[in-house]
Amino acid sequence: MTTTSQPTDSLGQPITVPDSADTFVFDASDGSRWELVCGLEVHAELATATKMFSGAPNNFGDEPNTNIDPVTLGLPGTLPVVNERAVELAIRFGCAIGADIRPSVFSRKNYFYPDMPKDFQISQYDQPIVVGGHLELPSGHVVGVERAHLEEDTGKSTHVGGQGRITGAEYSLVDYNRAGVPLLEIVSRPHVRSPEQARSYVAELRAILLATGVNDGKLEEGSMRVDANVSVRPEGSDELGTRCEIKNLNSLRSLGRAIEHEARRQAELRVAGERVRQETRHWNEADGRTHTMRSKEEADDYRYFPEPDLVPVDPDPAWIERIRAALPMLPAARRARLAGASGIDPAAESIAVLVERGQDEQARAAIAAGGDPARVVVHIEQNLAGPGGADLDPSRLAALVALEVGGQLTATQAKQVLAEMLTDPADPAAIAAARGFEAMGTDALAAAVDGVVAAHPAEWEAFRTGDAKARGKLTGFFVGRVMKATGGQADGKAVTALLRQRAAG
Amino acid sequence: MSGGPGPASAIAAAVRSGARSAREVVDEHLRVIDQREPEIHAFNLVLAEKARARADEIDRRVAAGDDPGPLAGVPIALKDNLATRGIATTCSSRILEGWQPPYDATVVERLAEAGAIVVGKTNLDEFAMGSSTENSAFGPTRNPHDTSRVPGGSSGGSAAAVAAGFAPLALGSDTGGSIRQPAALCGVVGVKPTYGLVSRYGLVAFASSLDQIGPFAATVADAALLLEVIAGHDPRDATSIPRPVEQLAARLGDGVEGLRVGVVSDLLTEGISRDVVARTRAAADALSAAGAKVEEVSVPAVTLGLSAYYLIAPAEASSNLARFDGVRYGLRVDAPTTNEMMVATRTAGFGDEVKRRIMLGTYALSAGYYDAFYGKAQRVRTLILRDFAAAYERFDVLLSPTSPTTAFALGDKTADPLTMYLNDVCTIPSNLAGHPAMSVPFGAGDDGLPVGVQVMAPALGEVAMLRTGAVLEAALAGQGGAR
Amino acid sequence: MRAMPARITRDDVAHVATLARLALDEDELERFTGQLAKVLQHAADVEALELDDVPPTSHPYPLANVLRPDLPGPTLERAEVLAAAPSTEDRQFKVPTILGESP
Ligand SMILES: [Mg+2]
Ligand SMILES: [Zn+2]
Repeated sequence: MTTTSQPTDSLGQPITVPDSADTFVFDASDGSRWELVCGLEVHAELATATKMFSGAPNNFGDEPNTNIDPVTLGLPGTLPVVNERAVELAIRFGCAIGADIRPSVFSRKNYFYPDMPKDFQISQYDQPIVVGGHLELPSGHVVGVERAHLEEDTGKSTHVGGQGRITGAEYSLVDYNRAGVPLLEIVSRPHVRSPEQARSYVAELRAILLATGVNDGKLEEGSMRVDANVSVRPEGSDELGTRCEIKNLNSLRSLGRAIEHEARRQAELRVAGERVRQETRHWNEADGRTHTMRSKEEADDYRYFPEPDLVPVDPDPAWIERIRAALPMLPAARRARLAGASGIDPAAESIAVLVERGQDEQARAAIAAGGDPARVVVHIEQNLAGPGGADLDPSRLAALVALEVGGQLTATQAKQVLAEMLTDPADPAAIAAARGFEAMGTDALAAAVDGVVAAHPAEWEAFRTGDAKARGKLTGFFVGRVMKATGGQADGKAVTALLRQRAAG
Repeated sequence: MSGGPGPASAIAAAVRSGARSAREVVDEHLRVIDQREPEIHAFNLVLAEKARARADEIDRRVAAGDDPGPLAGVPIALKDNLATRGIATTCSSRILEGWQPPYDATVVERLAEAGAIVVGKTNLDEFAMGSSTENSAFGPTRNPHDTSRVPGGSSGGSAAAVAAGFAPLALGSDTGGSIRQPAALCGVVGVKPTYGLVSRYGLVAFASSLDQIGPFAATVADAALLLEVIAGHDPRDATSIPRPVEQLAARLGDGVEGLRVGVVSDLLTEGISRDVVARTRAAADALSAAGAKVEEVSVPAVTLGLSAYYLIAPAEASSNLARFDGVRYGLRVDAPTTNEMMVATRTAGFGDEVKRRIMLGTYALSAGYYDAFYGKAQRVRTLILRDFAAAYERFDVLLSPTSPTTAFALGDKTADPLTMYLNDVCTIPSNLAGHPAMSVPFGAGDDGLPVGVQVMAPALGEVAMLRTGAVLEAALAGQGGAR
Repeated sequence: MRAMPARITRDDVAHVATLARLALDEDELERFTGQLAKVLQHAADVEALELDDVPPTSHPYPLANVLRPDLPGPTLERAEVLAAAPSTEDRQFKVPTILGESP
């Protein structure tokens, strides 16, 4: 081997690590500075009716060992046949991330394990169906995708005795309902530079999978499972350090914690003059640490070879084009569109939340109907998250926001009216009137303010002559009194404006 | 030798017309089984009661005016690596002893639809690995022509069953010659169809890219009849060819006038016994006399077949046989941990030949050796396909011996696996190419035992192949069936 | 062309036996090593070929895109399947202690 040879990925492409303004850089105990390099592997169960290679149902949560047929159990003599829908979903995902759809070949990955009915997994190895593509995170950071390939899931083991963990268990029970469920294994490039980016990548991936109907997004049911490949290097270096793969990251929270912990662990090892061993590590949520699961030094010998029972999948370009043409608009584009329509920063949390909840279209329509963009987005994010919220007619929302902005309703009143609008088809003004939220006339409000000012001459003098700090403090005092005097009908902003007017005049 | 009560086509015709009852046919065959099975041991399981019940059902259907199908009332023996619902399927291995599949192989379903009657499951080399049926966990099968000799293998039980008249038809599987070689040694017809013509669903896999199910029969016409029944696309086998089945039996009378026949010179030399070569040349002469244009042709890559095969087949087998781990079905030998249980089960459950091939295949696929062994062998396959393609530009069918020798004595070749493997030198190339090939009896060797000649054809060339076989059969009959 | 691998050694055979979940005693190890070496020796003709420009054939009859509609088919009776299993408990397949997580 020559020293100039560049490291390559599973498909022979050179490995590159992009810089990011948000790179996680940290101090080790000796004060040295280290930076994180991370790639993510996500196993996403495909939203099919049946399994990857047979007609047994693909259904979570059923009675154990009911979704099984001869193929699922790998009974002698059975043969796999590829699920067309699984291929379609893989293509859909590939198109959604701008990847190439390639002719692909299934291989056998050979290893003995009791939850694997054939003691080999059918998976795509050197010729995956999806190659390349990328995800643009809300922050603007771009994470490249190396590949996404189709494979089958394993069954599920339950460990009996020894606190339900594999270590110390007396025996285990195996349920093959999950065996053979179609998986898309999505492998990112090592472009994830911080724990926050890792969380954001998985959230974005989940949003894309949901939007395209490829996966149901249920992390908690294990329908998306995340492994992280973590390495560290001295700040500013371009080395590719030895990486460890962390498994069992089944929430965004543990993903971020595990990556940070692992990065610090590796840096400390190196500071101590030790070597990072390439291995698979297990995240333990309880103690907040990663633990060695299996060393890779003995070189897993999976004896991959092309699956002789299956033939290549080489999708017709016309089919790919039909799938591409039918794709819905994707989260990044929807965020950009909503940001454009609302004038809000595309990286803002509220924009991401509305798109993720699928309420961006509602917001755009309400803005188009004349609603103040900021108030529309706030109401949808905060007050229309519950049941029925997404169904609210955008023009009614726009009408409500108009009342609020026009001063006829306070923010609190608007929220109450909005809640009622979900079940009452009447227009917002009528609901407000019925509730007695008749907006106070300007004269009445002015009179109320005058009354309060007259009743508190000392405070008023302090307000009138005080600096900004004093004024700020006393604004609260006066607004509170006016509110009390008007039975809560006054609009806080209008009162503040009147107070300023009087002080200036 | 076939001491059975007549060809399948005649039985089916008689049963369909009501001239004979299926029950009578089955009883006759069961009597033959009773007489000779103890010395032959063709079966792992005889299904006497089930066969009688099924015969009665067929007779009732005929009486009711139904047509039970083209194999109405015809007894058939199934190699014991074909899944039969609720009926033990052992692959002649301890590891599967007592296992009853919860499903039927596609070919078994098709036989049922055609009115055939399964009389038993036949013995084989464990998991079809062998050429003598001596690698069975349940003891060897003996050649009906001389019980001191092997019947060939791995489908030795099926070949012997037809030769002994236990059933006019049998199914076997052929991965490197496992139908043709025992057919030759037992003096019956054996056909390995084009890869993908017959569904493999329900055939317990040995080497998936080579395995193919095919018929044994006493006559070429019966073999064609059975092949027509089992052939055809099956959506449960992704390697099944999506094409309608050709008429085969109806084309047998077409003769070989003008047919171009190449005699493969590369398979007439190395290690082929003199009498077998002589019978092959006699077959070529018979075809020539029947109007075929016969010439010698070299297909050089076939000589690489054996080496390539003994890398590819074990590699695929090592993976296919991983599932026998004591978890879901079959044998379990208890041990404190799952890993130890798997090791104990597999060590106790598999015989030596199976272990040898699993280890050889594991080695051929393991890190660092894939390119040199498995990868290289897959490239040799391409060479063989190219050489065959060149030959088939000039010839319609190719002719060679089926087996280098006539049936050898039990125990003769068990000590040295490589000697045993050399039995497959003539048959392996067609498996690697996925081409059809058949063995047709063509007289006897110096020892008086049957000799088979092999007719090979390009993919889906079954019609020309069977026509050639029929002409050889007729020529032999014309010569008085002698040597 | 890469160097020809040495004929299989006892250690190789012991290693593949471990990979294949087979236990061999000393005699078997000796015997199998000799037998496998002989078969591999025979395969030297294939090993020696220069075939880098010859594509591999993994399927003799070339087919592509054999796909199955995503329609549910019949499932097996759990009772029947479990009855055929060596050991079961609580509607599942029972196995002894598993050492180590799945890869
Ligand atoms: Mg992975
Ligand atoms: Zn995977």
